[in-house]
Amino acid sequence: MLSIKDLVASVEEKQILKGLNFEVKPGEVHAIMGPNGSGKSTLASVLAGRKEYEVNSGTVTFNGEHLLEMSPEDRARAGIFLAFQYPVEIPGVSNANFLKTAVNEVRKSKGLETLDSKQFLKVMQEKMKLVEMDKAMTQRSVNEGFSGGEKKRNEIFQMAMLEPTLAILDETDSGLDIDALRIVANGVNALRDGKRSFIVITHYQRLLDYIVPDHVHVLYKGRIVKSGTKELALELEEKGYDWIKEEVDSSVNA
Amino acid sequence: MSTSILNNSSAECFMQAVDHFRELYGNHLPAQKSLQTNAAAVFTQLGIPTTKHEEWKYTSLAVLAKNNYRTVNPSHNCSLSKSDVASLALTKDTLLYVIENGKFNASASNGHALPTGITIGSLADMAGDPRVQNHLMKHADFSEESLVALNTALSFDGVVIIADAKTECATPIQIAVINNTAGEALNIPVRILVVAEKNAVFNVVETHHSFGVKSPVLVNVVSEVVIAEQARVNYIKLQDEDQNTCHVNYHKVNMARDSYQHISTLTWGGGLVRNNLNIRLDDVNCTSYLNGLTIAKDFQVIDHHTVVDHAMPNCYSNELYKGIIDGHAQGVFNGKIFVRKDAQKTNAFQSNKNVLLSDDASMNTKPQLEIFADDVKCSHGATTGQIDEEALFYLRARGIGEASARALLNHAFAADVIEQIPDENLKAVLLDRLTARLYA
Repeated sequence: MLSIKDLVASVEEKQILKGLNFEVKPGEVHAIMGPNGSGKSTLASVLAGRKEYEVNSGTVTFNGEHLLEMSPEDRARAGIFLAFQYPVEIPGVSNANFLKTAVNEVRKSKGLETLDSKQFLKVMQEKMKLVEMDKAMTQRSVNEGFSGGEKKRNEIFQMAMLEPTLAILDETDSGLDIDALRIVANGVNALRDGKRSFIVITHYQRLLDYIVPDHVHVLYKGRIVKSGTKELALELEEKGYDWIKEEVDSSVNA
Repeated sequence: MSTSILNNSSAECFMQAVDHFRELYGNHLPAQKSLQTNAAAVFTQLGIPTTKHEEWKYTSLAVLAKNNYRTVNPSHNCSLSKSDVASLALTKDTLLYVIENGKFNASASNGHALPTGITIGSLADMAGDPRVQNHLMKHADFSEESLVALNTALSFDGVVIIADAKTECATPIQIAVINNTAGEALNIPVRILVVAEKNAVFNVVETHHSFGVKSPVLVNVVSEVVIAEQARVNYIKLQDEDQNTCHVNYHKVNMARDSYQHISTLTWGGGLVRNNLNIRLDDVNCTSYLNGLTIAKDFQVIDHHTVVDHAMPNCYSNELYKGIIDGHAQGVFNGKIFVRKDAQKTNAFQSNKNVLLSDDASMNTKPQLEIFADDVKCSHGATTGQIDEEALFYLRARGIGEASARALLNHAFAADVIEQIPDENLKAVLLDRLTARLYA
């Protein structure tokens, strides 16, 4: 589904990703962990098409298409969804209106009929339950005045509405208390259907207790330096990253 | 048969035009003869302001020297019919009145029955009415405003709206001010008088349009709005002329005790548009809202000058102006608030927010507070920025195309001004018009 080969990317002239290789198959859940500054959020941003990030070399294909040549909206229409680490507040645009526009633009791109208000409302009410959203939240301006937890729930709600084939969760657990974490994780789990894939970027193993990954990778200095199963996450939680850093740094020096 | 203007200095041209016009057509408002003669003299003295004038620093009227503007003949025949203007009515039940090239066009007006207590008519017909004479040309002070003087000297028609005491009319009264041209440069004076007697409550919509062949036009509008005790007036100006139009608009409101006025100036057409709002809170407990919206592109110049004059205690004023400026367009906002010595316990707020959509767009904004009382609460602020790139990316990352995403953000920014309008029907219609303008 997603294939990243030798990806080198930089932001403000500083190289962050330094030859990253990564494969995701349909239905898989991959966790990407790593210390601060290792390039986790850069990876998410490059995949979503944030223009401040410059791709220097390498390729990314998504279902056979060259992802890096696509605009952010085309990536979304093709089925990629980024749950933002810092969801943006958009005063004056109601959540419902925003999502209706988004859902219909995605539908149009697929040659599907757009949903009218009534049909849209029905779908929305269904999906709201997934993340325990109340109606008032859909009427409010996008993320405006939302608490940290509400913002992250809203991200998952949008994901549920847009039904992507690949969802990238960029530190969705940051700033969440345990109840909000549970709601968000339940939402994500409800969307796991054996076909939809997830890349879960996180600092902490805690989220992975709820969203159990098939694969865990450690990103360090712009490369994936270690891959394993969910047990790797537990090991990292216990031992920290220093042993991996030492392993990598000594092999580079040798 | 034309009062043509020589092409050297615009001021001189218009001065000659005033003399010539008055020679040719005489005085068309006999009851206001001395005021009009006086105004002609004042205009001759003041001339057309240049950018050396502090109040005209960013807005040049040089365009007025580029064309020979003929002042419309007061006895011209109107040509627009009901069907020509039907689409201008903002709502189905709107009481629509048409001013075509400065003249009241009774046959194009839609003729919906007027509610009891409301009188609407041609200013030329009503100028001798004592209720009109009491106010007409008595409020818009032309002694230092040359374009008001020009309008006052040349005015021959327009519209009068009078609401008797205790009249309530929710149906909007709409004045469609149309310049209907055939290729010739025209100078069109338009005069509007609105009188709200004690406890009257109603909505006025003044809309501006261009018909006919695109031609350079000077539309010079002066409105006087007199609001008696406890009366409430919701006034909307929607300016949507073509870009050959130079539109200068002076709007004077005089408020008596316990009165309320809300004015929204929505400007998205015209080549050069200058709005002067002058609101005098002349007695205690007045409430006044002034909101404005500029949506400019190409080489449009849109200038909002406002004066809120707090003369007496316990009054409230609130001002919100927003601008979206694209292309090479220029926006200007200048908001003065005076709080006079007697105006204790004044609450006066002002905010101006702008978004520039291109590198060549510009905005000049100047909030001014002059406070002579000591127990007041006042604030003002101005911001000018670009479209929020983070928000834009967020929308695009959800599959919304870049053009729609920009339109969505601009709409949200601008809708804020229209949302304040205290009439649900008008608000809804104007939000639709805004959508049409932004997604065009």
